[in-house]
Formats: sequence, structure tokens, C-alpha cells
Amino acid sequence: MKTRKILSVIALVGLSMSAMAATIPADKVATLRQVPLDIEPTPPVMPKVDNTDVEKARSYPMQPPVIPHKIDGYQIDLKANKCMQCHSRQSSTYSKAPMVSVTHYMDRDNNFLATLSPRRYFCTQCHVPQVDAKPLVGNDFVDLHELMKKEK
Amino acid sequence: MVASLLAKLKVIWGVIRRPSVHYSLGFLTLGGFVAGIIFWGGFNVALEASSTEEFCSDCHQNVYHELQSTIHYSNSSGVRATCHDCHVPHKWTDKIARKMQASREIYGQIIGTIDTPEKFEARRGTLAKHEWKRLKANDSQECRDCHKFDSMDFTRQSTRAAQMHSTALASGEKTCIDCHKGIAHRLPDMADVKDF
Ligand code: HEC
Ligand code: HEC
Ligand code: HEC
Ligand code: HEC
Ligand code: HEC
Ligand code: HEC
Repeated sequence: MKTRKILSVIALVGLSMSAMAATIPADKVATLRQVPLDIEPTPPVMPKVDNTDVEKARSYPMQPPVIPHKIDGYQIDLKANKCMQCHSRQSSTYSKAPMVSVTHYMDRDNNFLATLSPRRYFCTQCHVPQVDAKPLVGNDFVDLHELMKKEK
Repeated sequence: MVASLLAKLKVIWGVIRRPSVHYSLGFLTLGGFVAGIIFWGGFNVALEASSTEEFCSDCHQNVYHELQSTIHYSNSSGVRATCHDCHVPHKWTDKIARKMQASREIYGQIIGTIDTPEKFEARRGTLAKHEWKRLKANDSQECRDCHKFDSMDFTRQSTRAAQMHSTALASGEKTCIDCHKGIAHRLPDMADVKDF
């Protein structure tokens, strides 16, 4: 009786071992975690936000330009829109910030509004600051300009 | 001349030496002096105690929580600006004046102008405007207690910052609070605020 129990325990352990071996090795799993579940990894150093104030080239004509400055603590909610303190029409001459383009004053039927269109109110929906980090996934984007050259 | 002066001094000395009822006036003066020091010190201690974050957050809980995520609470240099750095002037006389005004706050707590989050939100714009007015009037004195314009190295600032600081700030046309509203707290409704 006792030996049977011991044997079955050994068998179970063996089975679970083989089951473990059959699982996909950690480096093949498409995960951001990269380490086993029971190990606390050292987090990578947080990359610094690009704050060079140099406007970046756009990759295609309709691209919302990326933000060339940090936006830490900039409040965008019903009460205040910090971005518009600098990017509104009234303040852009003085703040040296480019005024939001006219599309930001248009509703979806292309009517011009007197103030910022509600669909353009939450700036960070479309505009984001950049960090100097290794891209997590590859990117084979080809600029339209290059594409047209190749076609010729 | 000298004699009359000596006579006067004698009278004064007599007064000082004469026991009031139980103590000599000299003792009383000295005692008063010592008591004064203790009182002054105690007053100072009381002021210091009422200048802590804990004291203020008794009544300003939500405001305190907002501060914690800002650069003035934790930053790379480890210098923290707390409530009294921005809100209570460091000068002794101003300090007392501010404490006197603070009795209006305690009154406010009793009549409850901001004792619920809803009431605070409703009144927040008014209170913020008081602070902006005060900082505008004193040329952002509290900010300048820590941030000295003369010590600013524009070459180490971002282009955006240097551009503004070397022009509108340097010329005195604008002061810190004109451009840096909401640096420590969430902003109230800004719809009717000029320059925003
Ligand atoms: C203190 C003023 C100020 C504030 C606030 C501000 N910006 Fe800017 N922004 C500028 C200036 C000045 C530039 C021009 C480039 C530079 O100096 O960084 C700029 C550039 C940009 C650009 C690049 C435009 C282009 O054509 O490439 C975008 C996009 C932008 N800002 C978006 C934002 C958003 C979104 C916010 C709010 C989260 C914001 N900005 C808040 C001043 C400001
Ligand atoms: C729905 C997406 C969207 C939102 C939301 C949005 N933008 Fe844009 N933005 C764009 C696109 C697309 C462009 C480029 C094409 C254009 O000008 O319409 C642009 C252009 C800009 C430019 C460059 C203008 C120029 O002439 O160089 C600035 C500055 C800007 N946006 C600021 C802002 C600010 C500030 C907000 C928030 C108040 C905001 N945007 C909200 C999509 C958006
Ligand atoms: C006993 C409760 C209480 C304490 C403690 C307290 N406050 Fe207040 N505070 C209030 C109330 C109530 C108001 C709103 C007064 C009103 O409605 O006019 C207020 C308003 C303010 C305002 C708005 C200024 C204005 O002129 O309207 C500031 C700034 C402020 N408090 C800072 C502080 C700071 C800094 C401390 C700590 C040194 C502090 N408070 C401690 C109750 C308190
Ligand atoms: C870096 C400076 C700074 C620090 C630190 C600071 N405040 Fe303020 N406070 C301000 C400014 C500036 C305003 C005016 C409104 C604004 O711009 O957000 C203000 C406004 C207020 C108001 C009025 C209501 C409002 O939200 O506008 C209260 C109450 C207040 N502060 C309490 C506190 C308390 C309590 C602390 C500490 C936990 C504190 N403050 C720390 C700068 C500061
Ligand atoms: C107790 C000293 C002190 C006081 C008072 C103070 N500050 Fe600061 N401030 C600091 C420190 C420390 C930093 C963080 C510096 C760092 O390490 O980057 C800072 C950072 C800043 C920044 C940079 C924010 C960023 O995102 O980089 C601004 C803007 C600023 N303060 C404005 C103000 C204004 C406006 C006032 C007055 C309402 C004020 N400060 C009062 C100490 C103070
Ligand atoms: C004319 C507008 C203006 C005035 C006045 C002004 N600033 Fe600034 N300041 C800016 C802008 C724009 C930035 C960069 C954007 C940001 O940090 O939001 C900035 C950035 C800063 C920074 C961060 C600098 C960096 O690059 O690390 C500090 C600290 C600061 N300001 C403190 C102050 C103090 C203190 C005063 C008053 C003596 C003051 N500012 C007055 C516009 C102004």
C-alpha cells in the first residue's frame, strides 16, 4: 500500500516534469515579461523624453506631428487644456509655438468652428512625445516618397 | 550737573532694587526677558508645527494628494517644496499676517466652505485666483525664494524655457505665475482666465 503511494507520487512528479519540458521555452514566447513568472526582473532604465525642441519631419502628409518637447504634468481635461496655453491662435505669436492647424477648428462635416473642435480637444490622442528607446517590434514602413521613386 | 544725574540714577537704582511685593524689579525684568525668550521660541515652534504638510492636509487632503505626483514633491535633486514654501511668506512679519488671515480659514472650516470635495471644486477657482493675485502682486516672491533668476543658466534649460525666460521674464514684463499656473495642483476651470 505504502510503496504504491510512493510510486504514484514519483510517477506524478515525472509526468509533470515531462509536461514542463514540453512547454515552449521562455525566449520563444511573445511576451514583454522575458523572465519566468516567479522572478522579479530589474526594470530597464526609463528612457528620457525627447525635449530637444526640434520639430521632427513627418512621415506622411496627414501625420499628426510628434511632440518635440516634454509634456509632464500638462493638464488636459474639461477644466483646462494646457497645450492651448501655447498652441492657441491668440498665444502662438507670443509663445513661439506653432498654432494648431485649421483642421483643429473643423467638425466632421468640414464646417469651421469658432473654437477648438471637440474631436481635437484631447491632443494626446494623436500627438505624442518621443523617447529614445529600442523599438519593441520591427517596422518596414516605406515613405510614400521613396515608394514613388521605386515605381519609376 | 553730574550730581543731579547721580541723584537721578540713585533713584532709578532704588526703584530697580525695591521689591515690588515679593520680587525686585530687577528680577522681574530679567524674568520677563527669559519668559519672553521662552514665549518667542514657543510661538516659533507653534508656527513651525503649523507649517507642516500634515497640518495643512488636515483640511486640504485632496490638494495634498495632487502635489505628490508633481516635480515639487519628488525630483532628481531631492529638494522638496512643501505647502508653506509656496504659501506662507518666510519673513517673520508676513508670517504673522498670514497666520492672522489663516483664522479666516479656520472660520471657513467651521462654516464649511470647502469641507466636501464638491464644495471645494465649486470654490476652487475663486481660491486659485486669490493665490494668483497674491503671487502676481509680490512678483512671485515665493517662487523666487528658491528659483533665483540670476542663478538660471539658460544654456542648461530647454529651448522653450530659455526663450521665454530670457525675454518676457528678464524684461519683467511677466512673472513666474503668469506662465506657470497649475505647477503644483490641478487647475480649476480656466475658461475665463486671461492668457490661457
Ligand atoms: C509652454 C508652451 C507649450 C505648451 C504648454 C505646449 N507646447 Fe507644443 N510646442 C511649443 C513650442 C514652442 C513648439 C515649437 C518647437 C519647440 O520649441 O519645442 C511646440 C511644438 C509642438 C508640436 C510640433 C509641431 C510641428 O509642426 O512639428 C506639437 C505636435 C506640439 N507642440 C503639441 C503639443 C501638445 C499636444 C501639448 C499639450 C500636451 C503642447 N504641445 C503643449 C510650446 C508648447
Ligand atoms: C484627431 C487627431 C488630432 C487631435 C486630437 C489633435 N491633432 Fe493636432 N494635428 C493632427 C493632424 C492630423 C495634424 C497634421 C495635419 C493638419 O494640420 O491637420 C495636426 C497638426 C498639428 C500641429 C501642427 C500645425 C502646423 O501647421 O504645423 C500642431 C501644433 C497641433 N496639431 C497641435 C495640436 C494640439 C495642441 C491639439 C490639442 C488641442 C491637437 N493638435 C489635437 C491631428 C490631431
Ligand atoms: C482648519 C482647516 C485648515 C487648515 C489647517 C489649513 N487650511 Fe487653508 N483653507 C481652509 C479653508 C476652509 C479655506 C477656504 C477659505 C474660503 O473659503 O475663503 C482655505 C483656503 C486656503 C488657500 C486659498 C487662499 C485664499 O486666499 O483663498 C490656501 C492657499 C490655503 N488654504 C493654504 C493652506 C496652507 C498652506 C495650510 C498649512 C499651513 C493651510 N491652508 C491650512 C482651511 C484650512
Ligand atoms: C510649488 C509651489 C506650491 C506648493 C508646494 C503648494 N502650492 Fe498650493 N498653490 C500654488 C499655486 C501657484 C496656486 C494657485 C493655483 C494654481 O496655479 O494651481 C495654489 C493654490 C492652492 C490652493 C487654492 C485652491 C487651488 O487648488 O487652486 C490651496 C487650497 C492650496 N494651494 C493649498 C496647498 C497645500 C495644502 C499645499 C501642500 C500640500 C500646497 N498648496 C503646496 C503653489 C503651491
Ligand atoms: C522650496 C523651493 C521651491 C519653491 C518655493 C518653488 N520651487 Fe519650483 N522647483 C523646485 C525644485 C527643487 C524643482 C525641481 C528641480 C529638478 O530637480 O529638476 C523645481 C522645479 C520647478 C519647475 C520645473 C518643472 C519641470 O517639469 O521641470 C518649474 C516650472 C517650477 N519649479 C516653477 C515654480 C514656481 C512657478 C514656483 C512658485 C509658485 C516654484 N517653482 C516654487 C523648488 C522650488
Ligand atoms: C513668459 C513665460 C514664463 C515666465 C514669466 C517664466 N517661465 Fe519658467 N518656463 C516657461 C516655459 C515656456 C518653460 C518650458 C516649458 C515648461 O516647462 O512647461 C519654462 C520652464 C521652467 C523651468 C524648467 C526649466 C528647464 O528647462 O528645466 C523652471 C525651473 C522655471 N520655468 C521656473 C520659472 C521661474 C522660477 C519663473 C519666475 C522667476 C519663471 N519660470 C517664469 C515660461 C516662463
